[in-house]
Amino acid sequence: MKRIAAVLALLLLFGAVKFPMEEALTRTHRTAYFHGAQLNLPLREQIGQGAFVAALSGFRGVIADLLTLKANDAWENTRWDRVVLFYDQITTLQPRVTLHWEMAAFYMAYDAAQASLNDPNQPRQTLRVKACREYQRLGRDFLERGIRNNPDRYVLYNRLGAILMNKIGDHEAAYEAYAKAAEFPDCMGYEKRFAAYELSKCPGKEAQAYALLAKLYSEGPREHTPTLLQRLKAMEDALKIPPEQRVYNPPGPPS
Amino acid sequence: MPPRHRFFSPGRIGAIAGNTLLELVRQKVFYFLLIFALALIGCSFFMGFLRPELQFQVMKDVSLGAMSVFTWLLAVLATAMMLPKDIEDRTLYTILAKPVPRLEYLLGKLLGVLFMLAISLGVMAVLFAATLYIKEQTTIAAALGELRQAPPEQVAEVVRNVKAATFTWSLVPGIAIIYFKAALFASLTLLISTFASSWIFTIVISVAVYLIGHLVPIARTYLLETDGSWISKAFLTLLTLMFPDLQLFNLTDDIVAGNALPPGLFFQTAGMGCFYLAIYTCLAYLMFSKKEL
Repeated sequence: MKRIAAVLALLLLFGAVKFPMEEALTRTHRTAYFHGAQLNLPLREQIGQGAFVAALSGFRGVIADLLTLKANDAWENTRWDRVVLFYDQITTLQPRVTLHWEMAAFYMAYDAAQASLNDPNQPRQTLRVKACREYQRLGRDFLERGIRNNPDRYVLYNRLGAILMNKIGDHEAAYEAYAKAAEFPDCMGYEKRFAAYELSKCPGKEAQAYALLAKLYSEGPREHTPTLLQRLKAMEDALKIPPEQRVYNPPGPPS
Repeated sequence: MPPRHRFFSPGRIGAIAGNTLLELVRQKVFYFLLIFALALIGCSFFMGFLRPELQFQVMKDVSLGAMSVFTWLLAVLATAMMLPKDIEDRTLYTILAKPVPRLEYLLGKLLGVLFMLAISLGVMAVLFAATLYIKEQTTIAAALGELRQAPPEQVAEVVRNVKAATFTWSLVPGIAIIYFKAALFASLTLLISTFASSWIFTIVISVAVYLIGHLVPIARTYLLETDGSWISKAFLTLLTLMFPDLQLFNLTDDIVAGNALPPGLFFQTAGMGCFYLAIYTCLAYLMFSKKEL
């Protein structure tokens, strides 16, 4: 009995030594983006006690995968409300998997938005458009939350830029998203170009857009895509740049 | 002249470790690898309806989750039954009747289990990498078939994405951390088994420590950041001091998500695992050194 008491006392002493070490290591892990999942009471109510315990015990990924299968099923049956619910849970469990944020945003901003726009059960066009915009906003919201959890990765900025450009039509925000993506060394080759295209669609930003497009044009033939040439010409026309000062001077029609 | 008896002999520890490993092999503990292989095959073939990136994600999550569970279970079960079995078979008395110190006996037994865990995890890791590689090659072949007319840059981009989604070297530190967690549990179970009355008791306590250990960071945060009653503070202090913080070893979920574990951080985490291992082994020796057998 004395020996057990001695072992317990030593265990407590060891605990006092390890306490600050564990706290410091946890903080270091957090700075490297580990342990970012917020496993809280609302999540426990949503996913159930068993899944919550499993998630706490180091099986967040597996639980998130099971929920992804359920979300896939809901998506196949166009149950958009359930898709949102499942992806909220999935992204809470696995906030560092960019694929989950991407898919959630895609399902909302593209699939659900399009489905609600063509909803045969809703006779009123205004309400269909309203629902479509609401889903697009949800898609954007997923990506913005994803970016807050993954500020060190370009991919979600890229996807946000795509949704803002193709679906929402907020060109200034799309420019900002693409410009941010372009800052990452491993980004796609077209990020800067798309940022410049989007800026050229913003009224009042023509001069800034022209500078960006001209800089890209000067980088060589690889950047001379038809859209870049077309946007460059549009900016030169809008800014009324004299022909001799223009960066891009396409040959005129034969006389 | 016979060689002089040494107080501490790595050779004797090695002999006991080798025998422990042999015993475990004879108990057919490696049969669980079949279940692991089935889980891998199941994952790779029955997830075909998902998009490839998601298939790889599921495969990695399930495989690393299974590795974590199996090594933990092996560590707990093999260690919990070790001392009671040696007592039941009278092997323990035969060994300790010879000039073998109890510390050497304990270290040898623990090393045997650690070897077995290393072999098991190594085989699982190889199976996992091989399955991912086969799946990667199948996916690339299918993509190349579909992209016959596509420009070379696009094809290269697709191949790069598939390769990045399958086996990457960043997974290796994650697998190593699984090992340190299992090793921690082997030493902790050894400590429990030195005073436990039966192996069932040892296993139950180990499982309880597993569950509580994962709650330690929550308890610590509550303790440091909130003003509760003194009873709750005393309880949480006791909990955080007595139990290991197992969340420190739960890094695979984030590594699968693409987080890189920098070498410095890996060594800090592994060092923490070794620290626990050393302390629990010392405490186990303290209990076992004067135990009446």
